[in-house]
Amino acid sequence: MKRLGLVHLLLVIAFLYLPITVMVVMAFNASPLYELPFSFSLDWFAKLPANDRLLTASGNSLMLAVTTAVLATAIGVPASLALSRRKFRGRTLLQLLLLPPIAIPWLITGTAMLVFFFSTGIGRGLFAMTVGHVALAIPYVVLVIGTGLQSQRADLEEAAMSLGSTPLHAFFRVTLPLLLPSIIAAALFAFAVSLDQFVVSYFLATPGVTTLPVEIYSAIRKGFTPEINAISTILLGASMILVLAFALLSNMGGARERR
Amino acid sequence: MSGVEVTAVSKRYGAATVLDRITASFEAGRFTSLLGPSGSGKTTLLRIVAGFVIPDEGELRIGAAEVTRVPVWKRRIGMVFQSYALFPHMTVLENVMFGLNRRGVRGPSAAREARQALEMVRLTGFEARSPKQLSGGQQQRVALARAIVTKPEVLLLDEPLSALDRRLRQEMQVELKRIQRESGLTTIFVTHDQEEALTLSDRIAILDRGRIVQDGVPGEIYERPRTRFAASFLGDANFLEGTVASGGEGVAVPGALVRVAGKLPAAGSKVTLAVRPEKMTILAPNTASSFENALPATLREVIYAGAVSTYLLTGADGRELKVFAQNRAQDGAGFAPGATVTLAWSAAHTIPMED
Repeated sequence: MKRLGLVHLLLVIAFLYLPITVMVVMAFNASPLYELPFSFSLDWFAKLPANDRLLTASGNSLMLAVTTAVLATAIGVPASLALSRRKFRGRTLLQLLLLPPIAIPWLITGTAMLVFFFSTGIGRGLFAMTVGHVALAIPYVVLVIGTGLQSQRADLEEAAMSLGSTPLHAFFRVTLPLLLPSIIAAALFAFAVSLDQFVVSYFLATPGVTTLPVEIYSAIRKGFTPEINAISTILLGASMILVLAFALLSNMGGARERR
Repeated sequence: MSGVEVTAVSKRYGAATVLDRITASFEAGRFTSLLGPSGSGKTTLLRIVAGFVIPDEGELRIGAAEVTRVPVWKRRIGMVFQSYALFPHMTVLENVMFGLNRRGVRGPSAAREARQALEMVRLTGFEARSPKQLSGGQQQRVALARAIVTKPEVLLLDEPLSALDRRLRQEMQVELKRIQRESGLTTIFVTHDQEEALTLSDRIAILDRGRIVQDGVPGEIYERPRTRFAASFLGDANFLEGTVASGGEGVAVPGALVRVAGKLPAAGSKVTLAVRPEKMTILAPNTASSFENALPATLREVIYAGAVSTYLLTGADGRELKVFAQNRAQDGAGFAPGATVTLAWSAAHTIPMED
């Protein structure tokens, strides 16, 4: 029984990683036509710096992801604090309304945003994409921070106040340091949501301003070169490091609260 | 060292009145327990003294100063929370120094005072530990050290022992009492545990539905409860309902005329009498005794618990009665379930209730 479980787990991992492995291997294969036998080469990576379109799109993607992470966290953290610490009319409704955007297909969100930005005159481009990505990321941030706040008891702030802390001092000395792992995790989440985002970016991109996923998509349609594999491999490596960091931090956040 | 005066304080949440014009005085240096069931308002009263809750009406004084609307951080209180609320990202020493730093005591002198407080709670050597490396009892001590190190005007304890197991709780009761005596702090202790309140307190205030129904020294509250609620919440009580006999020499209850040492209302009025279970003695029927009162009853069940036994009986009118007796004789009391007996007790132990 134990054996069977292990085999099952290995199959799941293989299912998840096999296509990706093929892509990574091909990024290091000399043949542009995916021919075997495999002969190691860094040609496709070497060709990347000359590919302006891919590089600009990558730069846009990174900038967008960092901006989204900062803005979504800055907006989401106070929202989450208000939802979990304050009592006000309509709180439950607001809390519920934050969840559906996660489940709404991005295609629909993207269409809605396109219509909205078009009719309000904001139009398309980097600014519209930033607004769109931040909007997509906020629910995730609120959720992650909310979970962090739930494991942190409100009486810690009260204890600080009973010892002479003003609410502001208690927040910066007690609440914030304990919330930091959750905040970092939320920022990473927002970063990943933005970096992975294709549908909304595709709708809001203009011919001159695109993101990496959009650029890869149009490149595939024109003809697939292993350069795509190379840049995807780099992106994949970066994403995995981020996700692992996230997992580590959220584990730490959980362990901290144990008594 | 200051006393705390609560004058006509009310607090409502929506339609629910949590505290209803409460007036209470907590004398300087005394250990006072607020005892009551959940929902009685005891925690709200404590949080009003702390400053976490602002009353709708009434006035609060700590020492000479009126502090009703003074925020928590400007009052000089020390508080121990039910969950201890130690800061998990600080060491034990940093936790204890937190309040000192906020009061302007810093550096070596803060560390010295914090070490003294830790010594008082017998945690010397634990300074560098993190709270999560400590047992529940040790965390409790850190929370206490943190609360008393700033020499607050009043020490507030919110059911601090309820999370500990029985043995540890008894140990901490003794410690708490010692520390309170040594520090001389005016202490308000919220609990729903009657035994804890009796053991620890100089005074007890019993709360019920937002009102203080009785307050006094533990012995007085136990021996002379004023209401049925006070009698049954603090300890056990047998209640006998009857009518004051003409001439006022006693109360006619089903099966007996019960004599009362204290004053009784006018003849003919209905009255409830309370008798503590340990004040009653079980005798064979028609045994002569020096007790003024005797009531026939049937023994239903004996619950043996080593040092003491609890006897469950049924009175003449089917009323359930309870007697506690020490097991002095080795053969037990000698009565088997089903036996007809007489319960005897003195007039001095018969307490007329006000309600």
